[in-house]
Formats: sequence, C-alpha cells, structure tokens
Amino acid sequence: MDAIFLQILNGLDKGGAYALIALGLTLVFGTLGVVNFAHGAVFMLGAFCAVTTQHLLTFSKKVKDEGITFFDAYKEVPYLEIWWGETGSFIIDYKVPFSILLAVPVMLLIGLAMERGLIRFFYNRPHADQILVTFGLAIVIQEIVKSIYGANPIPVPAPEIVSGSANIGILLGLGDSVVYPWWRLIYLANALVVIAAVFSFLKFTTYGMVVRAGMQDRETVGLLGINIQHRFTVVFGLASIVVGIAGAMYTPILSPDYHMGMDFLVLSFVVVVVGGMGSLEGAVLAGFMLGVLQSFAAMNEVKAVFPGIDQIIVYLVAVIILLTRPRGLMGRKGVMED
Amino acid sequence: MTDRKKEAREWSRRQMLKTSAAGAALATAGSPMFFVKNAWAAKFRNDPGSSSSITLGFNVPQTGAYSDEGADELRAYKLAVQHLNGEGDGGMLNTMTPKSLKGNGVLGKKVKFVTGDTQTKSDAARASAKRMIEKDGVLMVTGGSSSGVAIAVQGLCQENGIIFMAGLTHSNDTTGKDKKRYGFRHFFNAYMSGAALGPVLEKEYGNQRKAYHLTADYTWGWTQEESMRKFTEALGWQTTAAVKTPVGAGDFSQYITPVLNSGADVLILNHYGKDMINSLTQAVQFGLRDKQVNGKNFEIVVPLFSRLMAQGAGENIKGILGSTNWNWSLKDAGSQAFVKSFGQAYGFPPSMAAHTCYVQTLLYANACEMAGSFYPPEVIKAMEGFKFDGMGNGATEYRAEDHQCFKDVLVVRGNNNPSSQFDLLEVVQEVPRSQVEYDAAIFGGALGPYKV
Repeated sequence: MDAIFLQILNGLDKGGAYALIALGLTLVFGTLGVVNFAHGAVFMLGAFCAVTTQHLLTFSKKVKDEGITFFDAYKEVPYLEIWWGETGSFIIDYKVPFSILLAVPVMLLIGLAMERGLIRFFYNRPHADQILVTFGLAIVIQEIVKSIYGANPIPVPAPEIVSGSANIGILLGLGDSVVYPWWRLIYLANALVVIAAVFSFLKFTTYGMVVRAGMQDRETVGLLGINIQHRFTVVFGLASIVVGIAGAMYTPILSPDYHMGMDFLVLSFVVVVVGGMGSLEGAVLAGFMLGVLQSFAAMNEVKAVFPGIDQIIVYLVAVIILLTRPRGLMGRKGVMED
Repeated sequence: MTDRKKEAREWSRRQMLKTSAAGAALATAGSPMFFVKNAWAAKFRNDPGSSSSITLGFNVPQTGAYSDEGADELRAYKLAVQHLNGEGDGGMLNTMTPKSLKGNGVLGKKVKFVTGDTQTKSDAARASAKRMIEKDGVLMVTGGSSSGVAIAVQGLCQENGIIFMAGLTHSNDTTGKDKKRYGFRHFFNAYMSGAALGPVLEKEYGNQRKAYHLTADYTWGWTQEESMRKFTEALGWQTTAAVKTPVGAGDFSQYITPVLNSGADVLILNHYGKDMINSLTQAVQFGLRDKQVNGKNFEIVVPLFSRLMAQGAGENIKGILGSTNWNWSLKDAGSQAFVKSFGQAYGFPPSMAAHTCYVQTLLYANACEMAGSFYPPEVIKAMEGFKFDGMGNGATEYRAEDHQCFKDVLVVRGNNNPSSQFDLLEVVQEVPRSQVEYDAAIFGGALGPYKV
C-alpha cells in the first residue's frame, strides 16, 4: 500500500511537469492552430532563467584557496556574501523562487517576439511547414544557449530548508517509510496552482471568454469587431510564461542543459495527442495519467511481468489511443479524425 | 634465315641481361625486409615515414553524460603532449621508471594531436575515431569515458591496425570478453572495485545486509553489478533487487521510490558521471540516508567514484564509500609531479580520468621509443608485460594476456571535513595489487593477431 501510494505521488509529480508543458502546447494549437515544436526549447529557456538568476546572484570575487599548497588555486566568494553576509547567503539560497520574478517578464517577451517575429507568417501554411520552422527555431535556440552556457548540465539546488524530504506517511497515517522530497511536493503544488490559474483566466475573465470563443469560431468573433489575433498573440505569450515557470521550477529536480527541452517535447506531444489536440482539460488529464502510468511501469513487480515496460509505456498508450480513439481522450469530434 | 638466327642470338643476349636485372630486383624484393633500413616504412597504416611529426587522436566525450570527465581528459592529453615535446616542467617524465622517453617528441618526431567528440555514444565515437584514422592520419587513438564507447572504438582500431589506449573504461569486458590485441587499458575495472571494496564494506557495515542495486543499463553497469554482487554475496549479504535504469535517465525518482519499501538497507548505485550525480542526489532527497531499516542505518555505496562526481553531488557525497583508480591527494612522487603540472596549468587538480589518460599517452610514447619504431606490432610487444613505476598507484604491470594494468586500488569515502574545495575524497585504504588480481581466463575473449 505504501509503495503504491508513493508511486502515485511520484506519477503526479512527473505528470505535473508533463501537464504544464502540454497545456502550453495545447493553448497555442487551440488558438493559433500552430503545431509548435519550439515549445520544448521555451521550457528549456525557462530553466535557464533560473540558471541566469543563479549566475547573477553568485557573481563572485576570486580568493586564494589556502587549503591547496601544490599550486595557486582560487575559490569564488559571491559579492552578495561579501557585502551582505547572512542576508546575501539567504538571497542566494532562494535563487529558484526569485528566478520566477525574472522568468515571467522574460518568457512573456520571448513568447511575443517568437509569435510576432516568425510564427505569424506561418498561420496559413501547411502543418508540415509549421513543424519544420518551429523545429528549426528550437535548434537555433538550443545552439544559442549552448554557446553561452556550455553543453554540461548546471546544478541549481533548491533552498536549503526544502532540500530534504517530508515524512508524509506519519501525516497521513501510513508507514514511516512514506517520505517524499519537499521540492517535488512544492513542484506538484506549483503545477496545480498554475493550471488552476490558467483555467480561471480562460473561464472567469471576459478576456478568457473571448479567447475561448475565438478557439471555437474565430471568424464569428472577428465579425463582432474583436481583434482576436491580438488576443491570440497574448495567449502565445501566456503559454510561454506557463512553460517557462515549469522549466524554472524544475531545475532543482533535474540540472538543466541545452538539450532538456527536446527530451520533454516528445513526451509532451504524446500527452497532447493522448489528451486530444486542442483540449486543455485533455492535456492536463493525460499529463497526470501518463506520469502515473510511467511511474507504475517502473515498479519491480510490473517489470517482472513485462520487462522493459517502463521505457515504452507512454508510447504504447499513445499507439492504443491513436488506433481506438484518434481524437484523443477529450478531443473534439473531427480533430485528427477523417 | 641467317638474319633470323642472328636476331634470335641478339634477342637472347638482351633478354639474358634483362632477365638478370629483373631477377636481381626480384631477389632483393623477395628478401626478408628486416635486412633493410626503415623496413617497415609505409608498411602500416598512417606510417609517419620521414615526416617531422606524428599525430595522436584524442577522442573524448565533449557532450553527454560524461562530458565533465571528457573535458578533464583533454586537459591531461594537452599536458602530456607538452611534456613529450619537452615543454613545461616535464610532469611524470621526471618520475617514470624505466623510461626511454627523452623529452624530444617520440623517436625524434614532434607530437601533434587532433580531438573528437564521442558524445558518450558508441556510433558517434566510432565515426569520430574513423575520421581521425582516415582523414587525420593518427597513429594512435585514445580517450573515452564509457565502456560502451571504449569497446566500440577498440574494435574499430583493431580492424584498422591502429593502437587504442583506452581512457576511463571500467567494464570487465574491455579487457575481458571484448579484449583486442590493439587495445590497452591502464584504468582498473569493475572486478577490481568489488575485490577492493568487499573487505571494507564488511568492516564498516557488517555481513548481515540487504542490498538493492540500481544499474546503468549497458556493458559497464552490468559488469559492475555482477562484480559487486559476487563480492557482497560472498560476505553474506543478500541482494534484494537489481534494477536496470536507462543511461541519461535524468529523473531516477520512479526507480528510487520502490527502494523505500523494499526491505533493503543498502543502496548500491552502479551509475557513473551525471547519472550517478542525479541518482545519488535524488536518493538523498528521498531521505534514504536518514532511514533506519532492519535496525541499521541505511547506507549508500557508489562502487566507482571520482572527484568530479563528488564535486557535482556536493554535500550528498559525504560519508559515502566507493573505489577509485587514483586520487590527486596521493603522496607518491609521480602523483605529486602530475598534480603540480596540472594544477599550475589549469588552477585545479586533475581527476582520475585525467590521470589515466595522461599516463596512457606517456606509456604509448615510451613503448614506441622502446620498440624503436611506430610499427604497431612492435609497439604492442613493447607494452605487453611492461613493468613500470613512478606514475601513481605504485609498481604497475601491463599484463600481456589481456592488456589490463595491475596496480594498487583506492577505497575512498566522501570527505566529511574537507580542507579545501578539492579535498572531496578521503582515502580509506590503498588496496594492494595482490588483492585485486585475477586469472585472465575468467572473462574469456581473445586478443587476436598482431598483424591485421
């Protein structure tokens, strides 16, 4: 029972990341009709907002390391610690939460620049053209990041206070072996809050209502005198913010490198296909569902029966869904169907 | 008729002369070549001939899971080239015994190099090595931080008659079932790690333990797990589970959560490089080191350790036991000479990957000097059974039967009280060579021919 609970929690935690990325992908597809293969690169850029914040906060002075006698070695002491002592250390420790403050405006600007500068020229082009140009854009973004930060993953640890694990087994009346890292719980909570915020924005604001109307019938909304294109551009920026926050918050779980977006992109497209192209609810549901399935597939008991299932489970589900229900779990009738 | 007879006689004389000349030429060509100076000239692949320089190929991971090691390997290679060419302070050229190197290149030829990126992938590594051999004309290929890559490149080098001096490769297979005549490994292997760690694990954790293995799913991981199981089960430990994980998985959480309720009280991480940093960090985040299971403290063991990994894992490495080929803190003259050269050049001490690559380059160059030729079969014979000292790890031998170096192995622990930013591993025991030796026949394989 404890083991199953842990795998569910682990699946939800993974699913949170998948859902956030897939949500952004679906927002762009649902509004602009663009299959955005650069979305994974935007996730990576979000993660590098956290890396940049870390670099800025730990800008250092070189001080001779007296512990080394063989040669002249130097260690780096951040200026923030030299100037502000404990307060400086505290700020550096909380670099990941602080990075959100950087990520939101930066990702909004990046999103708007991408949409206005390139993607809008491909609205009326075939999906194959859109895929090619966004894939190319993703490669360009990756190479730029690689040239600035190098190819190696850069560790960005969580604040010290949440670096350990929570004994949730005791809180929930389960065994004391049910523990889970604090930061992963925070990530899950963050994913749920961001998803709820996006849905609230679309559901309960007039702006969101118009966007949803535009998603249903773009021409009619345009005939009402509303500049729906302008709103869709803002939605593209919003999708970039969502995936950017997902990337920044993910850095303590997995040290970011220039290629991390591609690893998530493939999985996220599977999530979107399983959930249903253009369905926001479907993307979130499929994200969590595939996360949980992936986690269960890694259990020894499951692998004993189906060796290697942990590597293929996500794609197996995608194949089954495409064969039996091409529009996905919650996709609109007619989408991806003849 | 008379004229014809005359023509025939004249033709006969001319023919006689021609035949004699041709016969003499054929006789010379047919003689054993070793009677002729530079007999092997242009007789082997990438023969430098009368060129004033030779080119070596440094094939290291510049991207991928083991790229930190690759970057350090490249630093060491550049230093080795400097020292071979008589530049810098000479490093281990001052401590190596016996030594045929003179500090004027190799056999009087200046050493140059080309580099390649293995990407920690076998196919990319082979493509890179192939380019070096065919386009750059390298005499020797060296490097790598993965056994999968080492075995792939070693096979390619054997086919092409180019010597391969393996970098960091720890799988038993490299000098076991996949050994090659043209491949040489200075680094220790998984069997030696198990043999060195076993007695220390018994002393520190007792012989009533239940171990859970997480294993990188490729040749190195398999042999590392096999060796650790062999030696820990011999102590009386039980193996609760052994789970294969994909290389470069990144997030290992779905493999770590089952450990929590498995009943195991030791987690053995058969991971290396970034995978090990991620799996160890995540295992600590999941609270494994704070757990008590079966009335004992839960322990984590990392059979193959390096300072670079310790650096990446930060605080999480403290107190964790493992084994290593070499550590910069060793006090022997060879190690100190190398650390000094490397530290002065780069501002930090070398990793064990850097050490093995530096030593391999010097050993190859020294073997060429011993053979008096770059002809690979002669260089190979010079290295087979070569005994040397003064290069760290004490007295060392390149065993002729499998091209595996035998030397002392270090059992280390993540340092709880580091005296500097680099003092991350504390040497628990220098395990003597005799404790980690084994019969070359146990892993099978065949070296293959000298001439290809």
